Amino acid sequence: MRKIAIYGKGGIGKSTTTQNTVAGLAEMGEQVMVVGCDPKADSTRLLLGGLAQKTVLDTLREEGEDVELDDVLKPGYKGVMCTESGGPEPGVGCAGRGIITSINLLEQLGAYTESKKLDYAFYDVLGDVVCGGFAMPIREGKAEEIYIVVSGEMMAMYAANNICKGIVKFAEAGVVRLGGLICNSRNVDNEKEMIEALADQLGTQMIHFIPRDNVVQRAEINRKTVIDYEPENAQADEYRTLAKKIAANEMRVIPTPLEIEELEKLLIDYGIAA
Amino acid sequence: MLLKHTTTKIKERSALTVNPAKTCQPIGAMYAALGIHGCLPHSHGSQGCYAYHRSALTRHYKEPVMAATSAFTEGSSVFGGQANLVQAIDNMFTVYKPDVIAVHTTCLSETIGDDIPQIASKAAAGGKVPEGKYVIHANTPSYVGSHVTGFSNMTKAMVDYFAEPGGEKTKTVNIVPGYVEPSDMEEIKRICAAMGIPIIMFPDTSGVLNGPLTGHFKMYPDGGVKIDALKKTGQSMGTLALGNLASSAAGFALDSKCKVPCKVLDLPIGLTGTDMFIDALRTMTGENVPDSLMFERGQMMDIISDMHQYFYGKKVGLVGDPDQLLALTKFLVSLDMVPTHIVTGSPAGKKFEAELREAVKDVPCDVNIKLGGDMYLFHQWVKNDPVDLVIGNTYVKYIAKDEDIPYIRYGFPIYDRIGHSYLPTVGYRGGIMMLEKILNALMDRQDRDATDVNMELVM
Repeated sequence: MRKIAIYGKGGIGKSTTTQNTVAGLAEMGEQVMVVGCDPKADSTRLLLGGLAQKTVLDTLREEGEDVELDDVLKPGYKGVMCTESGGPEPGVGCAGRGIITSINLLEQLGAYTESKKLDYAFYDVLGDVVCGGFAMPIREGKAEEIYIVVSGEMMAMYAANNICKGIVKFAEAGVVRLGGLICNSRNVDNEKEMIEALADQLGTQMIHFIPRDNVVQRAEINRKTVIDYEPENAQADEYRTLAKKIAANEMRVIPTPLEIEELEKLLIDYGIAA
Repeated sequence: MLLKHTTTKIKERSALTVNPAKTCQPIGAMYAALGIHGCLPHSHGSQGCYAYHRSALTRHYKEPVMAATSAFTEGSSVFGGQANLVQAIDNMFTVYKPDVIAVHTTCLSETIGDDIPQIASKAAAGGKVPEGKYVIHANTPSYVGSHVTGFSNMTKAMVDYFAEPGGEKTKTVNIVPGYVEPSDMEEIKRICAAMGIPIIMFPDTSGVLNGPLTGHFKMYPDGGVKIDALKKTGQSMGTLALGNLASSAAGFALDSKCKVPCKVLDLPIGLTGTDMFIDALRTMTGENVPDSLMFERGQMMDIISDMHQYFYGKKVGLVGDPDQLLALTKFLVSLDMVPTHIVTGSPAGKKFEAELREAVKDVPCDVNIKLGGDMYLFHQWVKNDPVDLVIGNTYVKYIAKDEDIPYIRYGFPIYDRIGHSYLPTVGYRGGIMMLEKILNALMDRQDRDATDVNMELVM
């Protein structure tokens, strides 16, 4: 089983990209599980056709320790297993601890056991890795591969670089490696070249460039992935391609994060000033 | 040789504490809260915290310590402790009927950022706080400060929640006694009564944690400062805050909230410390010092002059809390004793350290001082530069035994002897007790070590 975590700046399209890519993998016949690690619990909405399940933590709160795997793990599009860790409402409690609790619980309940015959487990993690809890998916050999969703906007690249700093720490202590950057285009000038250059400087690759297309939003409002909503659309093929590239990817590196000056220079060389 | 692994060679340590010379904030907060009459301390966190705090206090005072907990589960730490605390407030007022619930936080509830006033107002809005009853709170993360900080925070909370500004000023003096024993609080009240000065002392654990055995259990013992008195602290003519670290926060809060002038003094330990306290009372109120107190002072003076040769030049190692250490060091120096190693685990600040160094500047040897230090370092210092006497809490007994040094139990906690909650060490009478303890320890040693030839009958 390959265990993959998706990180990236908040609002960059991690959940959308993850679910569309997972739909592509499912189409290829792979058995996938998606673990949503965001208190908003919206990481599996497109695969399940809505916010259709109770989160691990809601269940834990209501049922006590007596949680069954079936309560929190639901099959979605083409048999993709979906679970949401959930968390507290904004402004109270500790969402980071929530991630730790729910991942531990999923492990205890046997969500990852051999008998589940999973080919992939995807962790879709809240935007900024603000505390130790949000690093749980890449600690202790849980996820082994990380893909960072990024765009050509400065803050997205800044966040990607920052996440790489975190990966270095956990990579040195464990097995986790960076698999590549996924560019989710925002139609920034020279975006593809700039992200390729960023990937190069980080010591990794831009595994795929996803063009911007409103069909993604149309599919979302219908609670579906593009592959599910308009299978013939060219955008659906982009996600299928990304799925194939991830399936075939063997590049795993410990990234080399940039100094802020290097990052700014990159923006000047390729970005607005170019 | 329980501490046989303590090395003589001292290495700089920055990330490791061995045998800490402090404990955690909620202990101080719980102790202070018990000094309000009819108060049930409540620990907002997991059960282990509260069990430890209660048992630490029970072991020290040999009294039952009533307290409650939010009993956090995994779920509470993720979703916040609001549901637990609201339920707890309801249960406490329904079942145990305290006048006040004093909530203090723990590391866990602090780290997840629970907002106690918001939760308390939610409980009040939901009708869980009966008319005329109160919920007060103090934030007490243990990774900040020490038990002294917790005491200070909860004492300040008494001002924040209860003191009422305005109204005619009265002739009453507020006294914040510091993190001292119930016996010390009793003695401070006796001194003020002897001078004819009406006081409000808060917190006041006398009669709470040193009460008598009557055969009847009282959930809320007779002692403790009353809520009405706490409300009136805003009308008092002044406040004496004894011990800067434990008491000044409350004193200054009262000053800024109710314009009650605050004077911060050392704890009234030793002759000069007590003189300063009594003089401050005299100047603030204009009352004369009665002959009865002058008599006690004279007795203390008499002992010091009679026995001076036994004190003179004796080296002392001290472990304790900052306010006590400062006052005690000044006292020992005044006896011509030589405080040689001084350690507190509490991070007491540069100003405190400067004052402590000032107190020992004329001592005829190098003095080791460490704030935020531990007893391992203290032990190492003692090995390198032996002393004639160590003074500290129960944990110091291992060092005293290993190094075969006379030892006086003093401070918090004392788990293995009684006396501290009944017999004061403040004031002139407390000073006499201290002198007696010091002399006993030194002279018992002299007798023990004496040969048949030089054994003295009269000392």
